[in-house]
Amino acid sequence: MDDFYREEILDHYFGSSQRGRLDHPSLSADGTNPLCGDAIHIDLAVDEQGTISAARFDGAGCAISQAAASMLTEYLEGRTTDEARAVSAEEMLKMLKIPFTPARLKCALLGWKTVQKALTPKAEPDQPAANS
Amino acid sequence: MSSGEASPWMTDADTDHHLKESFMGRAGEIQPEPMFDPHSIRADFPALAREVRPGVPLIYLDNAATSLKPWPVIRAVQAYDVDFPANVHRGLHTLSEEATAAYEGARGKIARFLNASSDSEIIFTRGTTDSINLVALSWGRATLRQGDEILLSAMEHHANLVPWQMLAQEKGVVIRYAELAPDRTLDLDSFDRQINERTKLVAITAMSNVLGTIVPIQEITRRARSAGAVLLVDAAQAVPHQRIDVRALDVDFLAFSGHKMCGPTGIGVLYGRQALLDQMPPVIGGGDMVTHVDRAGAEWNELPWKFEAGTPPIAQAIGLGAAVDYLSQFPWDQVVALHHSLVRRAEALLSAIGGIHLLTPPNQVNGGVISFTVDRVHPHDLAQILDRSGVAIRAGQHCAMPLHQTLGLAATARASFYLYNKHEDVDVLAEMLQNAQKVFHRR
Ligand SMILES: Cc1ncc(COP(=O)(O)O)c(C=O)c1O
Repeated sequence: MDDFYREEILDHYFGSSQRGRLDHPSLSADGTNPLCGDAIHIDLAVDEQGTISAARFDGAGCAISQAAASMLTEYLEGRTTDEARAVSAEEMLKMLKIPFTPARLKCALLGWKTVQKALTPKAEPDQPAANS
Repeated sequence: MSSGEASPWMTDADTDHHLKESFMGRAGEIQPEPMFDPHSIRADFPALAREVRPGVPLIYLDNAATSLKPWPVIRAVQAYDVDFPANVHRGLHTLSEEATAAYEGARGKIARFLNASSDSEIIFTRGTTDSINLVALSWGRATLRQGDEILLSAMEHHANLVPWQMLAQEKGVVIRYAELAPDRTLDLDSFDRQINERTKLVAITAMSNVLGTIVPIQEITRRARSAGAVLLVDAAQAVPHQRIDVRALDVDFLAFSGHKMCGPTGIGVLYGRQALLDQMPPVIGGGDMVTHVDRAGAEWNELPWKFEAGTPPIAQAIGLGAAVDYLSQFPWDQVVALHHSLVRRAEALLSAIGGIHLLTPPNQVNGGVISFTVDRVHPHDLAQILDRSGVAIRAGQHCAMPLHQTLGLAATARASFYLYNKHEDVDVLAEMLQNAQKVFHRR
């Protein structure tokens, strides 16, 4: 009845086998949509060849943010970190197969952004603020 | 024009008393009460005639975010642009005189609407946020010292929170919070525990934009006075829903926005007690806020222009004046009765559905807001599913993150009513919520 909330999205939302955390992740990151209260945690296990052997997500939020993270982590397993880095926002939206309103883009891309964050080499710790 | 002599400027307490009498007469029973008929004015609001998409009419239940605009307001804004699009306080030509008269006329209407002592106490701002920041940057910076305390409540909008946090960081001021009671109304005992001789400012909402809860401002005024604290009221939600008399309530500052009360965006008001405003330095410098400038310095203009640097939002101020006229023509106690009965109906229908949790304290005097969560359905998904049926609600944290942290909720859904909402709107809301549950419960 509702193409937005079709079976596939709800399957990923309610019964995702990708949901959870890894005991020893090689890479992980947290992402939030502060204004909506969506939160995603991403764990990636990467082997010596640079292949993602396991990818998990954890968190809370709307069906779209959670389903997108589930689909993406499923897609990443067996791919290299280079391939994962190369996944574009457009490809993420294509996986969801939903026409997005601007307001929901943030939800749809939260998992993707968090994966990208996990794959980005950690920057130097922030410089202390000048006035503190 | 005005709402008549019988109940022109009702204070919080009058309204509360009146509502309790009319709604909770015998053992919480709802009494029939002459109620405002929303059908009589729906044609005034062109947005109500539009379809959200072909064949889907708009059911607008996001009034706490912003209200729809009636034709008299739209026309007043347009009249400025068409008939006298000139700057104010500057030209000696006819158009400028007409613009100035309309702009200052709007100020006068607002002063009378609030029962202020004089027009000088009405400062035009961009909105509630701007008004509160003005007080923080002017009065706050000039007055507060390290160790002074500001008392807020646990249900403040970010607009009445972040400016004080910024000031606290700058000045070493301490912020305290009055908590909510278990029924999610303001806990006055907690308020009494938090207020003390170091409290220099009480800044509190008169009505929660999330819960709809009404704060008894007269109780707050009494406590602020005996502690010797200045009182600022965030009336962004209260002014659209209650008759506010600043002198009867005895507040020092009162902030609100035009756009939640049928007026345009980009215009708001800071009411300030003249004695305080007189002592306060301006925050923004420029044209119009000075009487004399030379190379060495400037002399400030008198109130209220001292705080209105630069060309103000002229059309929007005139539009707000028209909104005040528009709202003032209705018997306000009957409009309040309508809002109440919409909330009561929503409470009844939603709690009968099952799997829906109301956050709005039940059976309380309420300013037309009902907030809830639905098991298994995230508020965002709810809002999106409802939008497909043309029902506009708000989902998220409604610019009140600390309140949501207190409630332990990541997000909530909110339906909020105004004088053009009909009972059928509530019925559609309830039906569509069940629909959303079906989408999510079918597995
Ligand atoms: C209680 C409350 N305070 C402050 C604001 C801020 O108003 P504005 O965004 O018009 O400045 C709002 C509305 O968003 C509100 O509901």
